[in-house]
Amino acid sequence: MPTTFTLNGKKTTIDADPETPLLWVIRDDLKLTGTKFGCGAALCGACTVHLDGEAVRSCQIQARDVEGRDVTTIEGVTGNVAAAVRAAWIKLDVAQCGYCQSGQVMAAVGLLSQISKPTDQDIDKAMDGNICRCSTYHRIRAAIHEASTTLPG
Amino acid sequence: MVPHPIRAVLPFAIAGIAVALAAMLPVTTPATVAKAETAVVAGDLFKPIADVLRHPRCMNCHPRDDRPRQGDDRHPHLQNIVRGEDNLGFTNARCTACHRDENNKFSGVPGAPNWHLAPASMGWQGLNDSELCTTLKDQDKNGGKDVAALVKHMEDDKLVLWGWAPGGDRLPVSKPHAAFVTELKAWAAGGAPCPTAN
Repeated sequence: MPTTFTLNGKKTTIDADPETPLLWVIRDDLKLTGTKFGCGAALCGACTVHLDGEAVRSCQIQARDVEGRDVTTIEGVTGNVAAAVRAAWIKLDVAQCGYCQSGQVMAAVGLLSQISKPTDQDIDKAMDGNICRCSTYHRIRAAIHEASTTLPG
Repeated sequence: MVPHPIRAVLPFAIAGIAVALAAMLPVTTPATVAKAETAVVAGDLFKPIADVLRHPRCMNCHPRDDRPRQGDDRHPHLQNIVRGEDNLGFTNARCTACHRDENNKFSGVPGAPNWHLAPASMGWQGLNDSELCTTLKDQDKNGGKDVAALVKHMEDDKLVLWGWAPGGDRLPVSKPHAAFVTELKAWAAGGAPCPTAN
């Protein structure tokens, strides 16, 4: 069944079963493999993308949910917040194995887009659903604070 | 030895005190017995409703604190999920980031339209029947719902109805929904009485 939505700023039409997880639409149908499969059950955050600017788990969003809506993946996230996060991630060398990092970055951008000066508590509440088996959490936290220093209050 | 003048009035004083004390005690008459029985029955109309409201499918989204609960054991929602200012979750951890309009048949994540937490003012955990009933009816706490609106919410709201068909290995509310609605309407027709605090 055809579904039309905006992906990373471009109008996109796919022909998929309406119940297909968005994650598989992105990775298999549209070949954007930056978004990762981790658990398939909304438990790890590796598949985080933005739906209308809000972080969601693409393994739980179905193709029919995105009709007429805006989807942003790690390949297409732009703007001053994304630039600040990218710079901080590089400066603090956040990633270790890197598998979870596209989800972490999308979550960090989602957080800083709404709370430009987050506290540690804000970071805990906003990032707790994004798991890192390398335990880079302390660097993720530091990088979010670092990015926030470059953003207007 | 008590002085003579006081000795003279002492029996009358004692009698007066006895009369006063008797007046303070409840007098049991057929009318008061009937009134008490009516009150007990009226309060009892809410008890089967309270049993349903305390089911995990209802209670998990009616916490008094900021943590939704999960599962039949009502454990705090994993991933540090919290209420948020609008009862729809904190940034990045919005209810709808995972919970959609219906159960996800692949992942097992539950879903129903308008998945959200009840406001903290409608938190029910730890309340006895009387407190639960008065909280439920308090329009300052329940979003301005009168009794008819409460009945309609529990009769028609799709998120409420999900509790009777939660899917997966989640326990549904054990009493059939139609029977629950019948009890609700009986309670409403009886003036929506609340059990006494005791």
